[in-house]
Amino acid sequence: MLLANTEELPGYRITACLGLVQGSTIRAKHFGRDLMAGLKNIVGGELRGYTELLQESRQEAVERMTEQASRLGANAIVNVRFGTASITQGAAEILAYGTAVRVEPQ
Amino acid sequence: MEWVLLLLALGFFCGRLAESRHFRSLEARESACGGVPVTTLHRPPPDRVVESATLVCGSVVVAVDYFKMFLAGFRLFFGGELRSYSSLLERARREAILRLRESAPDADFFINLRLEASDLGGKARGAPNVEMLAYATALKFRPERPPGETVRGA
Repeated sequence: MLLANTEELPGYRITACLGLVQGSTIRAKHFGRDLMAGLKNIVGGELRGYTELLQESRQEAVERMTEQASRLGANAIVNVRFGTASITQGAAEILAYGTAVRVEPQ
Repeated sequence: MEWVLLLLALGFFCGRLAESRHFRSLEARESACGGVPVTTLHRPPPDRVVESATLVCGSVVVAVDYFKMFLAGFRLFFGGELRSYSSLLERARREAILRLRESAPDADFFINLRLEASDLGGKARGAPNVEMLAYATALKFRPERPPGETVRGA
């Protein structure tokens, strides 16, 4: 599956547009990571645990989106966007959405 | 009271040290990445043939230190620019873009860069944890000239 956040896929021609696809996941930070983050808020800096957690969740969201697209018979998703929303303290929703299309090389 | 002073001192020294170290590392890694252009263009440059295009991401979650939080508390009362937070977000943005570039070391060009910041809800403690996400489409161009001839610039 080819992914791009541009309106068309460079080097390819879009032959069919199959509609919106999306994937999302809501993840909670676990206690240990949250504790470390609390300490990090004193000295500042990167919260590596959270960075990894969000990367994993984004991966998951993209996978779900890709699954949906392949069920539609697409071979590419264009104009992919990401969104993050914090639901409550300690949980975040990661959303990936895009337009499933069928492309062929130019 | 002593607790607050200790936290402030810790935040001030560790935060400063970490910040200057981070800026130095950013500069070093940015120059190591070379001149691959990262752009917000919607289309690839018209004079090149694109071989492949892939979505790439880079992200980082940053926390403010206690001292900056304290300063910001004053600012929120009197108004004005929160300079201590802008430097934090600048670091996050540069780090995210760097990770994006490092995740596609053989790309020739990046188009449609988007930057997105979101608060991870550390607000209950008064300490924002900000996630900065950079994503773009990485392009690889078909070589323009026959091999052997040097290609000018990147």
